[in-house]
Amino acid sequence: MTTKMFGEPIVRREDPRLLRGDGRYLDDLGHDALAAAFVRSPHAHARILDIDVGAALDVDGLVAIYTYEDLPDRLAEPLPLLIPHPALTHGRTSHVLANEVVRHVGEPIVMVVATDRYVAEDAAQLIQVHYEPLPLVVGLETALEARDLVHDDVPGNVAARLVQRTGDTAGAIAAAPHTLEFRLDFERSACMPLEGKGVYARWDAADESLRVYSSTQTSTSVRTAVAAKLDLAPTQVEVIAPDVGGGFGVKIMHPWPEEVLVPWAARLLNREVKWTEDRREHFISSAHERGQVQFVKVGFDDSGRVLGLDVTMLHDNGAYTPYGVIVPINASTQLLGPYKIPVYRCEVVCLYTNTLIVTPYRGAGRPQGVFCMERTLDRIAAHLDLDRADVRAVNLIQPDEFPYDQGLMFQDGRPLIYDSGDYPQLLDKLKNLIGWDSFPAERERAAAEGRRIGIGMGLYVEGTGAGPYEGGHVEVDSKGRVHVSTGLTSQGQGHQTVFAQIVATELGVPIEDVHVTTGDTRRFKYAVGTFASRAAVMSGNAIALAARNLRTKALRIAGEALEADPQDLEITDGIVHVRGNPTASIPLKTVAVLSNPLRYAFDEESRAATQFTIGGSDDKPPVADGEEPGLEGKDYYSPIRSTFAAGAHAAVVEVDPDTYEIAILRYAVVHDCGKVINPRIVEGQIHGGVAQGIGGALYERMAYDEHGQLLNASFMDFLMPYATEIPHIETDHLETASPLNPLGIKGAGEAGVIPVSAVIAGAIEDAEGLVIDAMPISPDQLFERRNARQSNEDHR
Amino acid sequence: MAEELYEIELSVNGVPQSASAPARRLLSDFLRHDLGLTGTHVGCEHGVCGCCTVLLDGEPVRSCLIFAVSVRGRDLTTVEGLSGADGSLSPVQQAFQECHGLQCGFCTPGFLCTVTAFLRDNPSPSQEEVLEGISGNLCRCTGYQNIVKAVHRAAELS
Repeated sequence: MTTKMFGEPIVRREDPRLLRGDGRYLDDLGHDALAAAFVRSPHAHARILDIDVGAALDVDGLVAIYTYEDLPDRLAEPLPLLIPHPALTHGRTSHVLANEVVRHVGEPIVMVVATDRYVAEDAAQLIQVHYEPLPLVVGLETALEARDLVHDDVPGNVAARLVQRTGDTAGAIAAAPHTLEFRLDFERSACMPLEGKGVYARWDAADESLRVYSSTQTSTSVRTAVAAKLDLAPTQVEVIAPDVGGGFGVKIMHPWPEEVLVPWAARLLNREVKWTEDRREHFISSAHERGQVQFVKVGFDDSGRVLGLDVTMLHDNGAYTPYGVIVPINASTQLLGPYKIPVYRCEVVCLYTNTLIVTPYRGAGRPQGVFCMERTLDRIAAHLDLDRADVRAVNLIQPDEFPYDQGLMFQDGRPLIYDSGDYPQLLDKLKNLIGWDSFPAERERAAAEGRRIGIGMGLYVEGTGAGPYEGGHVEVDSKGRVHVSTGLTSQGQGHQTVFAQIVATELGVPIEDVHVTTGDTRRFKYAVGTFASRAAVMSGNAIALAARNLRTKALRIAGEALEADPQDLEITDGIVHVRGNPTASIPLKTVAVLSNPLRYAFDEESRAATQFTIGGSDDKPPVADGEEPGLEGKDYYSPIRSTFAAGAHAAVVEVDPDTYEIAILRYAVVHDCGKVINPRIVEGQIHGGVAQGIGGALYERMAYDEHGQLLNASFMDFLMPYATEIPHIETDHLETASPLNPLGIKGAGEAGVIPVSAVIAGAIEDAEGLVIDAMPISPDQLFERRNARQSNEDHR
Repeated sequence: MAEELYEIELSVNGVPQSASAPARRLLSDFLRHDLGLTGTHVGCEHGVCGCCTVLLDGEPVRSCLIFAVSVRGRDLTTVEGLSGADGSLSPVQQAFQECHGLQCGFCTPGFLCTVTAFLRDNPSPSQEEVLEGISGNLCRCTGYQNIVKAVHRAAELS
């Protein structure tokens, strides 16, 4: 068994358990726990006049009913504004249970606890809440008009005005040989993991400690948030993310009302309590994303080179802003992509509406930004009658220009400086993969057969691996098992495999001996979370550094035992040996025994490490100064700034001339996420991202009516793609190592989704000869667009 | 007033099982919470996502759309019953691992049940038949490409 595992496409180590049905997802835990259910607002904006729980009190199995009035001080305060920002002048957050006013359908008002979920819902249904409906705000333009307000004390419904600026765009655009001005629309969608959220808590009264399981992307931060809200010391709280059935961003938002209410009730009742979100709850009371209107002004020269770009984005916050302006920052900075835009200004107006909150969904604002940039480049190409790939090429940052400073501040509070990349090569590889240059002939041939096909492309740069830090801990036990832990969580990214690959490689041990734990505050207390394509970069590097520390210690101890210079030692298959002399060796598990001088023997291995066995020098302490017992290593990785991955996508689509059904005939991806730990897993991430992107481009939208009711809050009406909607995805790779981290890696989690709407819009435009300025687009919308153009032409 | 309970006896993965539950108890909840077989997952509770798919007398059904009382005396197979008694993976399970056909693993039990029945009825399916065969199950992680690959691979292994 080779120990060089980094870069190998090995199969996942978490799979057998999940394939046998032995996964432990949130609702699989707490068999005997009480169940919580919630009364949620049916109104988008209303004053609560009265809550009558009388009828519910007779329900057999009811345990407790809580409203805002029952909450103690800290719990009665608004939830935290997680990421403050100077531009967020009017940040507002909700209460865990509504306090007088509800501001979106689905806002929790009453928590019911009962013997099981059926009974809890029975009781919830009998609770009568009387409302006075208030005027409401739905849609970005209505919010901007501000005839009505979502929050009385937020003038104009404006939460934030975020301005990115590198120079005088008005002057640059006015002086440009060509200018264009247009509007783009991007609708709401949502992460929609197949497992919703969930929380299960148990209070140990004797120990005065709380254990919380949450289907979260950040167990460490939930821990501090729960401790703060429940007035407990963090040491009294442990939070575990069990197997999590997908996240895609929605589970990085925290603490959810239920995440503090369920532990609170568990403590108060001294009973285990569990809440498992149902699908309707997930639609109306978790979070959405996307949702922007963009106004673009661009100036450019005859070759299509952009001279100045000015964008105003209207961004729909929903009713509250707990996650700050992260999505708008990403949208407005990552818009620039792999391009050199000499003068750029973007103003994002973040507006409150009486709809569900907007927090990051895979891509986290980048799909909107990239849509804006790529549609702009397509417009420029059309205006100048140039090839769309050529217009991209003249604007690309060149490989010798790194590090490239875009002159803005990124979402990690650090300068937007790209660390490395080769964008012209990405573009070339994409053109080859999809057959860009030969496509016009193909389109002509298809047209001769009465078929309408088109091609589109889109490039992106993605800031990944944002700080501030992650940590890793690696420990070898006396049986030779290697235990690895990191604080961030897993939702299907294969961390148990890739982190084990890193440790196997760094340490020189068989991967079968490596066991990885993530997202468990009992094992690792300090962490940020899994989002922004950061897990491999952040925890991967932290774990590598921890393993290197452990290796140094192991070689030192082995060197003493073998009477060899540690520099002459190496570790192969878990055995420390003198380089070139495999017989002078000592197993790592024996080194682990030696590292921990013992008084008591508890097994065969530990017998070798007890005081009367070891002996040793009489004038030195058993644990040398500056040393610690145990064969372990711990370290943190904290980057100076994000590392920037990149990619290029292209698609060929066909529009059915009768039904206007849009079929994706081909989809090609070239991506660069630096050094790859496991190509199989990276490919899987790309496939999944593209599929979500296709959902967002052609099928998924949040259909709010003018009353703020979400009309399609079920899987019957919110159309996520099945296998039949997703084409075969062709991939090619580039590996531009990041100079910022020891392993040279960049993140890959979000890449697949980012440019898809831009690419599909470009391809439909090419097929139909129609300007596509709003996504997603359905067959009936495309049909209407074509008819509208037809009738315009008929009227001429 | 307490709900009336019904004794529900059935065979699950070849083992006789029984528990009492109210008439409105969904089969998915019965399996998960009354019998403790939590491998069957619930993704939408309205029969669209396919996560809760189990085999009822060999045929794939949505356990979230069936009342437990209505399958008294029937024969059920859940994901826990797909692997061998020694824990060895079935060809379908093995193919899903080989082809990286799962990420978060939440939809996987439903796919495994669906594909197991599909390949039993059609041991060497075409690409179109595979797509059709799994077109009732949602996956939000994989983009399906590796699931499709896994179905073909499972056909080879079977």
